[in-house]
Amino acid sequence: MIVEAGHFALILAFVFACIQIVVPLIGARRGDDALMDAGRMAALGQFAFILAAFLSLTHAFIVSDFSVAAVAANSHSAKPLLYKISGVWGNHEGSMVLWVLILALFGGAVAGLGNNLPPSLRARVLSVQGMIGAGFLAFILLTSNPFFRVNPAPVDGSGLNPILQDPGLAFHPPFLYLGYVGFSIAFSFAIAALIEGRVDAAWARWVRPWTLAAWCALTLGIALGSWWAYYELGWGGFWFWDPVENASFMPWLAGTALLHSAIVVEKRGALKSWTILLAILTFLLSLMGTFLVRSGVLTSVHAFANDPERGLFILGLLLVATVGGLGLYAMRAPTLKTGGLFAPISREGGLVLNNLLLGTGCATVLIGTLYPLVLDAFGGGKVSVGVPYFTLTFVPLMVPLLVVMGIGPLLAWKRGDLPGVLMRLRAAAMVTGIACLATILLNDGPAFAILGVTLAVWLIMGALTELADRIRLFRGPLSASLSRLIHLPRSAIAMTTAHAAMGITVLGITGSTAWQTERILIMSQGDTTEVAGYALTLEKVAQVPGPNYTAERATLQVAAGGRTITTLYPEKRRFTNPPQITTEAAIRTTLMADLYAVLGDRQEPGAGGQGKAGWTVRIYHNPLVPWIWIGTVIMVLGGLVSLTDRRHRVGAPARAQAPGRPRTA
Amino acid sequence: MRNASLVLGLVLATALTLGAFIAPPPAALAVQPDEVLADPMLESRARALSKHLRCLVCQNQSIDDSDAGLARDLRVLVRERLKAGDSDEEVLAFLVARYGDFVLLKPPVKPTTWLLWFGPFAIFAVAGLGIWAASRRKRPATAPAAPLSAAEQEKLDALLAQDEHPPSRPPSDPPQRPAS
Repeated sequence: MIVEAGHFALILAFVFACIQIVVPLIGARRGDDALMDAGRMAALGQFAFILAAFLSLTHAFIVSDFSVAAVAANSHSAKPLLYKISGVWGNHEGSMVLWVLILALFGGAVAGLGNNLPPSLRARVLSVQGMIGAGFLAFILLTSNPFFRVNPAPVDGSGLNPILQDPGLAFHPPFLYLGYVGFSIAFSFAIAALIEGRVDAAWARWVRPWTLAAWCALTLGIALGSWWAYYELGWGGFWFWDPVENASFMPWLAGTALLHSAIVVEKRGALKSWTILLAILTFLLSLMGTFLVRSGVLTSVHAFANDPERGLFILGLLLVATVGGLGLYAMRAPTLKTGGLFAPISREGGLVLNNLLLGTGCATVLIGTLYPLVLDAFGGGKVSVGVPYFTLTFVPLMVPLLVVMGIGPLLAWKRGDLPGVLMRLRAAAMVTGIACLATILLNDGPAFAILGVTLAVWLIMGALTELADRIRLFRGPLSASLSRLIHLPRSAIAMTTAHAAMGITVLGITGSTAWQTERILIMSQGDTTEVAGYALTLEKVAQVPGPNYTAERATLQVAAGGRTITTLYPEKRRFTNPPQITTEAAIRTTLMADLYAVLGDRQEPGAGGQGKAGWTVRIYHNPLVPWIWIGTVIMVLGGLVSLTDRRHRVGAPARAQAPGRPRTA
Repeated sequence: MRNASLVLGLVLATALTLGAFIAPPPAALAVQPDEVLADPMLESRARALSKHLRCLVCQNQSIDDSDAGLARDLRVLVRERLKAGDSDEEVLAFLVARYGDFVLLKPPVKPTTWLLWFGPFAIFAVAGLGIWAASRRKRPATAPAAPLSAAEQEKLDALLAQDEHPPSRPPSDPPQRPAS
């Protein structure tokens, strides 16, 4: 009964979405406040009904109602509660419901919080949100109904893939979707602005908080995913340039570019047309990611060809959004007035370079991801595009980006003074030089480590120099600098934080790729091995029962300098529903490095008495690896700090005009 | 049919949440101790080569990362060729002859992959030139603007008229908080 109610709620949500498309659009055209208000109600109604549908599906998972096909296929009665709940979005149908739930959440937020928006703009934004919502609700109802029943109901479910039964992964999809789908707001704002034919500083100021919020969530989502891959998959890697990862990375790159170009629109009235295009493209990339992942074309072209219904439906939605969005852009963009001239060496110039490099980087990831599919489709043969390709193409694009990131924020708007800025950066350059020299002397890994450390230190020092400049540190009494720091706009602090955090992440990536140590060996009880100054002794391997698995658990004593410092318990877990073996790495983390141990198979002595009995053990020492995620978390914090800036607060009234500044909006 | 789509749904769902890691079960222990060569130089060459070779049955995984049976066979094969005295290029050529370009994670540069390899740099160059040209075009605008053509004047009037009568917008700005 609850299941049918959920199904019905989803249908009602679709009806509300349709109302949300038509009514506010007419209202905005006629200037009819009542109709525009109805759009708000429809958006809130759509959200409420999708939430109801989502909750009813969650209920079915919690009570293990196996008469529901999605539950039977993806859940199991013996699963811990957390994974019963995360199982809701651990499958195709449920994850699409989460997708539209978050879409409606953002739509509802615009309806409920966007009181500072001109009513006609808000009405049009809501209408575009309604179009996206209706498209995807139709997709769910017609091709991926999560409320489909099976008769007779199976006695128990088939279970959730055990590697998905992990807290990191329970929260990864919701954050990823908050980001992915959050960019729909930027898209809707762009389309609404094109319909209105008006893009100005106020528009940019309204778009930025939504984009920023989506960006924060996406950053966190990607970081959670890579962290999960790092500790769960058991080979110490954190990024694989896999098509599905790329699908989330492309909107991130485009969204990051958008965050920066919107600043130029807000402050200087330039790059309007480009920013609109970027807002459209960012969401199109999110849609494309959804298509790539949901249609199965990535797994193999055959999976797509065997059941093309879903893939074609999303492809259709993607085409409509692309043709509609870009078509409207082509028609209306030439009418956008460009403003704000600037010299090539200026803050605007730096941000243009940022967009050029991020945009090219995004295009590179796109080419690398789609090339094998396209080439195969045109009969050009099968190729693989893997890590080495992205190392050779994407990474070189990021090197100049990091260099410019250190300089750009110090340049003045309109016309910058590069020699002057470089003079101000001389202390930063000196520190960077010392770090570079130290790395050259101490580096025992590949040469790229020197480049990575140099760039990261440059970036961190550049960001700190900018902050020190702003608060006139060391150029007056410290108390004056402190008071300046306190009164600095939050967005300025946020920028310094996020840029420096990027430097921390770059250090983490460099350190863990360049200086990783690995030992693979067979250990029997009592054996000791040495990795990066740690002595690890295998004490025993025991059978341990878990809630829905049994584990073989190794006890590894870790000693350094003759003293036992910790014990690691890597596990091999044997799940029965579905039958699968997973490994649970044991990680000892210090701020500077991770010691990472994985337990492998039991080895019998070879036939000829060769080889040794014992357990395969793999031990890694990953220097600086925690910095990758520390950096991303700080980056997200920077974004959140920026969101608390008065000017960006969602729902805050427009900022009071500074005297002498022309009124915008 | 319904069952098949359920299974597919499960696979796809896993694909979304998982990234690439679906095809084989988690590749916990790829390189096994018994595969490791005694000669550390040869072994490190084998590892470097393995990172460039695709596990053909996996989704974009290198044989170094995969614990699929085929990946193991390929790892052993690579090591055998190295022990037999092959150079790195000869090992790769041997594998390409057997499995085609598909086995290389770094595709060779040839006409069908020109777009792949040169596309990013072409985009960068074209976009860079475009920006440069646009910035050149803009500069004279600081000088007195050229008089509008008749068509432009018409467009301007239309725009201005539109601005004076915005379709639905109240004449004032959005609600503003009194200056604090």
